[in-house]
Amino acid sequence: MGDFTYTIWIFVLPVAAFLITGLFGSRMPAKISGWIGTASISVVFLLALRTAYQYFFQVGFVDGKRPTIFAYKEVWMKFSDTLTFDMGILIDPISVMMLVVVATVSFMVHIYSIGYMKGDPGYYRFFAFLSLFSVAMLGLVVATNIFQIYFFWELVGLSSYLLIGFYYEKPSAVAAAKKAFIVTRFADLGFLIGILLLSYYAGTFDFMTLVSEDGPLLAQAAPPVFMGLSVFGIALSLIFIGGAGKSAMFPLHIWLPDAMEGPTPVSALIHAATMVVAGVYLVARLFPAYHGVDGGAVLHLVAWTGAISSLFAAIIAMTQDDIKRVLAFSTMSQIGYMMLALGVSGMEGHDGLGYMASMFHLFTHAMFKALLFLGAGSVIHAVHSNLMSKMGGLHKYMKITSWTFLIACLAISGIPPFSGFFSKDEILVAAFEKDKVLWAIEYIVAGITAFYMFRIYFGIFWGKKREYHHAPHESPLVMTVPLIILAGLTMVIGWALPFGDLMMPDRAAYHGHIEWSLAIPSILIGAVGIVTAYIFYFKETNLPDRVSGAFGQWYVWAKDKFYFDEIYQFFAHKIMFAGVAAPVAWFDRHIVDGFYNGLAWLTETFSYLLEGWQSGRVRQYAFTFVAGLLVILFAVLYLNGFMDFKG
Amino acid sequence: MDILSLLVVVPVITVLILFFINDNQLVRIISALGIGVETILTLVITKDYVAERSAGNTAEFLFTRDLMWFKPLNIHYFVGVDGISVAMLLLTAIVLLAGIFISWNIEELTKEFFISLIILGTGVFGFFISLDLFTMFLFYEVAVIPMYLLIGIWGTGPKEYAAMKLTLMLMGASAILLVSILGIYYYSGMTFNMQEIAQMQMPIHAQRFFFPLAFVGFGVLGALFPFHIWSPDGHASAPTAVSMLHAGVLMKLGTYGAFRVAMYLMPQAANEYSTFFMGLAAIGVIYGAFGAIRQTDLKYINAYSSVSHLGLIFFGMMALNKIAYTGAVLQMISHGLMTAVFFALIGMLYGRTHTRDVRKMGGLLKILPFIAAVYVIIGLASLGLPGLSGFVAEMNIFVGAFQNPDFVHRAFSVLSVSAIVVTAVYILRVVGMMLMGPVTNDEFYKLPKAVWYERVGALLVLLPVIAIGLAPMWLTTLIQDSLGNIVEHLAAFGH
Repeated sequence: MGDFTYTIWIFVLPVAAFLITGLFGSRMPAKISGWIGTASISVVFLLALRTAYQYFFQVGFVDGKRPTIFAYKEVWMKFSDTLTFDMGILIDPISVMMLVVVATVSFMVHIYSIGYMKGDPGYYRFFAFLSLFSVAMLGLVVATNIFQIYFFWELVGLSSYLLIGFYYEKPSAVAAAKKAFIVTRFADLGFLIGILLLSYYAGTFDFMTLVSEDGPLLAQAAPPVFMGLSVFGIALSLIFIGGAGKSAMFPLHIWLPDAMEGPTPVSALIHAATMVVAGVYLVARLFPAYHGVDGGAVLHLVAWTGAISSLFAAIIAMTQDDIKRVLAFSTMSQIGYMMLALGVSGMEGHDGLGYMASMFHLFTHAMFKALLFLGAGSVIHAVHSNLMSKMGGLHKYMKITSWTFLIACLAISGIPPFSGFFSKDEILVAAFEKDKVLWAIEYIVAGITAFYMFRIYFGIFWGKKREYHHAPHESPLVMTVPLIILAGLTMVIGWALPFGDLMMPDRAAYHGHIEWSLAIPSILIGAVGIVTAYIFYFKETNLPDRVSGAFGQWYVWAKDKFYFDEIYQFFAHKIMFAGVAAPVAWFDRHIVDGFYNGLAWLTETFSYLLEGWQSGRVRQYAFTFVAGLLVILFAVLYLNGFMDFKG
Repeated sequence: MDILSLLVVVPVITVLILFFINDNQLVRIISALGIGVETILTLVITKDYVAERSAGNTAEFLFTRDLMWFKPLNIHYFVGVDGISVAMLLLTAIVLLAGIFISWNIEELTKEFFISLIILGTGVFGFFISLDLFTMFLFYEVAVIPMYLLIGIWGTGPKEYAAMKLTLMLMGASAILLVSILGIYYYSGMTFNMQEIAQMQMPIHAQRFFFPLAFVGFGVLGALFPFHIWSPDGHASAPTAVSMLHAGVLMKLGTYGAFRVAMYLMPQAANEYSTFFMGLAAIGVIYGAFGAIRQTDLKYINAYSSVSHLGLIFFGMMALNKIAYTGAVLQMISHGLMTAVFFALIGMLYGRTHTRDVRKMGGLLKILPFIAAVYVIIGLASLGLPGLSGFVAEMNIFVGAFQNPDFVHRAFSVLSVSAIVVTAVYILRVVGMMLMGPVTNDEFYKLPKAVWYERVGALLVLLPVIAIGLAPMWLTTLIQDSLGNIVEHLAAFGH
C-alpha cells in the first residue's frame, strides 16, 4: 500500500515555522521570518506533490477501488473505551487533492507576500499567522474523524480571525474579524451539536465507520423524528450548517465580504481557495452518509443551499464597486456551484459525476480564484485603492497582471480550454441530469458570472484612464511569478488531469467526456456575458448607469446586499444585546442582588426588634429558654418519627 | 510524617517564619520559596501517585493516613488522595505560586498580606486531601475566613460592602453545609469517614433531605446560579492575587465539595435531583454568559464568565456519567487556570491604566504586547478553542451530557452548548475594544511593559493551559481512573 509516514513532516514544518516566527520573530530581521515561512511551505508543497504522485499513480487502484490509507492514527483523548478522540493522517483521493490545493496556493501566497507585505511593521506576525493557518488547514484536510476535523476547523477559524484583523488598529478590520469569528461560530454550534448527536447514536467519530455500508448510519434504520428526518438526518443537517457557515453559504454568508478587510494575500489563500471550501470538503468527506441517510433528503438541502447562494451572490457581485468584495461574492457563488454539485450527485458510476465535478471545481477554482485575488492585490498595490471607480486603463502599465487576470476571468467564465470550463461543464451536466430547475439557475449564474468578471477586467485594465498620484507600475517579480505560475496551471489543469479517474465517490475508475450538447450553450452564455460587459465597460459610457437606473429599487437592494447585514445587526443588537443581555444584567443587579440585599436589610431590622429581648429580666429569659427547649424537643421527636400519628 | 500532611505543614512553617521577618523583600522571597517547595511537593505526589497506579495499586485513595483526633465524636485526621484530588492539588500549587509572584509589588502591609494568602492556601491544600468530613469542613473555614481580611484591607472600591457580602453569603452557606454534614454524620452511624459513608449507603429519606443542603451549601461557593451574586462584587473589590486564588482555587472548593460530599456520599439523591440541578446549572451557564456581554468592568466580565464556566462544572456533574464527570473535573482545573490568568492580567492592566473599564482602553496590543497576547490566548481558551484546556474540558462535558437521550436532558444540553457562541461574543468584544483598534489615550504610550515577576506569574498559569490543551490524555486518564466508584454507585440506581 505504500509508506506514507513521511506525511508527518507536512505538519511538523509549519508548526516549527509558526513557533520560530511567532516567538522570536520580533527579535530577528523581518526578512528572515518571511524566508522561514516560505521555506517550510515549499518543502510541504514538494511533499504534497510526492504524496499525490505516490497515492494516485503508484498505489493506484486496489481491487478496482482507490484505497483509504491511514498514515497515522493515534488516540488523542479517550472519552470511554469505545469512544475515542483520534488524531491522524488519512490518505484518500479527496484528502490528497486538498493537500495539493492547500500546499500549492499557500506556497504561491507565501512567495507573493514577501513582496506584498514588504515594509509592513507586522511582517513577522503575518508570516507566523500564515504558518498557523497552514498547520490548521492541513490538519483539517487529513482528519481521520469528525472530531479531528472540528478541532482544526476551529483553528482555521482562529487564523482567519487573526488575519482578517491583521491591521488591528483599523476599527473596520477589528469588526470584520469579530463578525467572521462569531458568525462561523454560530454555524459551528450546529456542527458541534451534530457531532454530539453522532457520539450517542452512532457511537463513533470515525469517518470510515460513519460512511461504511455496514456502519451505524447506513446499516441501522433510524425512525424519523422530526420533519421526516431520522436522528442521523438531523445530525447530518446540523453538520451541514457548520459547513455552510465556513463556506459562506446563504444565509450565513455575511462575514465573507467583510473578511476582505484582511491583507489581500490572505483573502486569496483563506477566503477564496482553501478555508472557505472546507464546508464543501466536509460534505464530500461524509458524502456516502449524506447520500444514504433518509434517502438522501439532506442532499436536497445541500443542493438548494448551493443554488440559492450562487444566484444570490452573483446578483450582488454585479453591483459592487470594491473589487475585493466582487471577488468575495464571486467566491460565494462558485462555492454554491460546488455545493450544488454534491447535492445532485449519486454514488455509483456515472451517477457520481456531481461529486467528482464538485471536487474538480474546488480544485480549479482554488487556482483561478487565488490568481484573481493575487492579481487584484497587485492592482491594489499599484493604485492604493480597492475601488474600481478609482481604476481604469491599467493594461499598459501592468502587462503581466493584466494578462494573467484575463486568463483567470476566462476560466471562471467557462471558456475553453481554461480550467473552469471543464469543471463547470461537469457540474452543469450533473445538475441537468438530476433537476432541470437547478440546472437552469446555474446556467443563468454562469452568464452573470462572465458578465461581472469582465466588468472588473474591462473596468480595471481598459475603460477610462484615471488620474493617478504616482504612475502605476507593474509589481516586482516576487509577486508576478506566482501570478504566472497560477495562470499556467489555470490553462492546463482542466484538460491535463484525468480527474474522473481520480476521485469518484465509489472510488472506481471513470472516464468522463465533455457533453458538448450542454457545453456549447454554456460557452455561449459565457460569451454573451463577456460581450455585454465589453459593451458596457470597455469604453466609458453611461450605459451602466442607464441600465442600473432602469432596475430602480431592485438595483439598490442588490447593491445593499439585500440588507442581510442589517437583519443580522438587528438580531445581534436589538434582540440579543438589548433584548436578552441587558435584561439579564438588570435582573441580576436588581432582582437577584436585590433579594440578598433585602435579606440583609431584613436581618438588620429584625436585630433592632430583638434588642427589646435583651431586657435583663430573668423571668423573661427563663420563659424563652423553656419555650425554646419545648420547640426543640418536639422537633426532635417529630424528626425521629415519634409523632407519626397515622401509626 | 507522611507526604500529604507535609502539604499542610510546609505553608504553616512558612507562615511561622514570616512572623519573625520584617524586611518586605525577604518576606516575598520566603513566601515564594515556601510555596515553591509546596509546588515541588505536589509534583512529587503526582509522580508517586502515577507510579503507584501504574504499578497496579487499585486502592480508592492512596497515601492515606488515619489518626484519631477527637475520640468522643469520632473525628479523625484522615487524609488520602485519588486522581481528582491530585489534580486539584496541582492546580492549587500553580495558582498560589503565580499569585505570590503577581503580588510582588504589594507595598501596604506586605507581610500581613502574604501571611493571609498563605493561610488561605493552607486551608485549600488541607481541604483537598481530607477524607474526614469534619476535618474537611475545618480546612474549608480556614480557607474562607482570610478572604474577608484580604478583601476588606487590601481591596479596592466598595471593599467593605463586598467583603461583608461575600463573607455573609459564604458563612450562610457554611451554616447550611454544617447542618448537612452533621446530618450525614448522624445517618451514617456517627462517622465522618467519607470512604465508609460512601460504602454504607445512607438511607434514602436522609439523602433526599441532606443532598440539596450539601449541594447548595457548596454550590454557593461555586457560584451556582442563583447563589452567585457575591462573586461579581467580591471579585471586583478583591486585590489581584486574591481574585486569582479565589476564582482559581477557592471556588473550586465549592465544586469539588459538591462532588466529593454531595454526589459521592449521596448518589441516590443525586440521581433523583439531577434534572432539577442540571436545569439550574444550564441556566447558570447561559445566564452568566449573557450577563458578561453587557458588563464594561473587566472584573465583572470575568466574574460573570466564571458563573457561566462554573455552571458547566455543575452541569457536567449532573449528567451523571463518567465522561461528563471527567469533563467537570477538567473544567475545574481549566477554569481555575484560565481565570487566574485573567485576574492576573486585569491586575496588571489596572495597575497601569488605573481603570478596568473596557470603554476607556483601546489599542493596548500595540503598547503592551506581552499582556495583550496572553490575554488573547487565555480568552481563546475561555471560548473553548481547540488546543487549549477549555476545549478538552468542555468536550468531555458535552459528550457526556449527550449520552442521555432523555428530552429534558437534551434540551438543557443544547442550551449549555449554545454558550460557546455567547462566550465568543463577550471575549472578542473585550479583545476588540481593549486590545485592538486605535490607541485611545496618548497617556497609554507611556505605560511600562510587563516586568519579570508579572511574566513569571502569568506564564506559570498559562503554560499548563496550553499543555493540557495539546496533550490531555495523561490528565483525563488520571481523573477517569478515580471515577470508578461513583459511577458504580450511580449505576446501582439505574444510570
